[in-house]
Amino acid sequence: MSSENSTLVKLNNAGFKQNDKWLVEGVSLTVEKGKIVTLIGPNGSGKSTTAKIALGIYKNIEGSVEKYTNKVGYVPQKISIDWTLPLRVYDFMLLTENIKDEVIDEALTLTGVIHLKNKNLGNLSGGEFQRVLIARAISKKPELLVLDEPVQGVDYTGEIALYELIKRISDTLNCGILLISHDLHTVMTATDHVVCLNGHVCCSGSPMDVAKNNEYKTLFGEQASQILSVYEHKHDHVHSDKGEIKKN
Amino acid sequence: MFDDFFIRALIAGLGIALVTGPLGCFVVWRRLSYFGDTLAHSALLGVTLAYSFDLNIALSVFIISSLIALILIQLQKKTNLPGDALLGLLAHSSLAVGLVVIGFLTFIRFDIMGLLFGDILAVTTDDLLIIWTGGALILLVLKLIWKPLFASTVNYELAEAEGLNPDRAKAIFTILMAAVIAISIKMVGLLLITGMLIIPAAMARNISDSPQKMVLFSIIGGLLSVLLGLFSSLEFNTSSGPSIIMAALVLFILSLINIKQSIKLKN
Repeated sequence: MSSENSTLVKLNNAGFKQNDKWLVEGVSLTVEKGKIVTLIGPNGSGKSTTAKIALGIYKNIEGSVEKYTNKVGYVPQKISIDWTLPLRVYDFMLLTENIKDEVIDEALTLTGVIHLKNKNLGNLSGGEFQRVLIARAISKKPELLVLDEPVQGVDYTGEIALYELIKRISDTLNCGILLISHDLHTVMTATDHVVCLNGHVCCSGSPMDVAKNNEYKTLFGEQASQILSVYEHKHDHVHSDKGEIKKN
Repeated sequence: MFDDFFIRALIAGLGIALVTGPLGCFVVWRRLSYFGDTLAHSALLGVTLAYSFDLNIALSVFIISSLIALILIQLQKKTNLPGDALLGLLAHSSLAVGLVVIGFLTFIRFDIMGLLFGDILAVTTDDLLIIWTGGALILLVLKLIWKPLFASTVNYELAEAEGLNPDRAKAIFTILMAAVIAISIKMVGLLLITGMLIIPAAMARNISDSPQKMVLFSIIGGLLSVLLGLFSSLEFNTSSGPSIIMAALVLFILSLINIKQSIKLKN
């Protein structure tokens, strides 16, 4: 049975109001070690807001957040970096914590961007930058990883490889992951717990439970619930970042 | 060889440049140049208070500048006015109050030009002590808050999410700004302090590809500006502040050559 110790972050009926408008309200969820919790929902449904509440970025929230770890890695959905700063990928990797060179190299290799290590951050493409963001978050060996649309702008084969990587990290580091994704395929295959948001929690549970839920069907359409039947199978292989197949 | 006052000015100027180098980088990165100006303008009020109550000038400037920074933060929270309007309001009203107070202090002969543009003759041995111990303290604190301050300069939410407490770093940095203005006001003058913060850092930006290099070049640029400026100030009998800033400007213009080349390379 999961003890209190395995809980990394817990939201109790949490919500956030900006300019008298609720961005999201009444969210309760728990992220535990080694588990992947995914938030899904349409645009503006409060997914990123929920992640920021969990991270403690928003201060004046309703309800409460209990955070049991300070080792956090965060891949934000939008990141605006000011280019008045001369910043290489290498400097960015060291942004919030001093990390050994070998660990940095390892993380950049895993996400397939080791060749960009000394490049200026401003000269990267969207997909390359996204890979650097993921590398930075995992190189910290966090206990809690919060990934907000982590593979946006990444090419299709890369997307699959990165999701496999995220799953592997959750297993090897035994860290808890709060994932935001609108890629329902991934959500349904790699996730332990799904929370479907639309300003509040529509439904939540295992991917199977959620897919059968009527509210989920109205939000995403009948089609979406059938994804499960296609994807509910065991993988016997993984893909490297170059798309090669490796048997497990 | 050189007169005592000139040696003192050199030691003071070099000490100031060591501090304004790294702090100036943050002023450029965080777009705080107008904020620096506001604190510097309010320094006049600090100076007049120092004369009125016979206080140490650096200390009184530090207190007034910190106070103005606090008022700014409160106004930002409580009003809907844009930041630059609030800065302008504080800068000019504190300057005005300072000038009016000077008008009342008829019993003291004020060297207004010296206050505005710096005066190397005014640097005493006590000032050297304040500049070097104060400067060392500022650099030490900056080193301690470097990680959270830098991380939140790059991206506030990343710093906050990963537990670096950027708000505290920002508050401490504000105090450091007030402190650097306090220790350099006599030398550079209140109208030109922001130049000392920004110009070497801007020069350094043109020739750096990493934050560490930018800080290093900014310090070197500041030291060179002080040396060049003070020697020409002695040679041509000009005010120390403008001479130092002009030297910094020359270095900045030279650094532009590097930009042109790198743009050509890219095309």
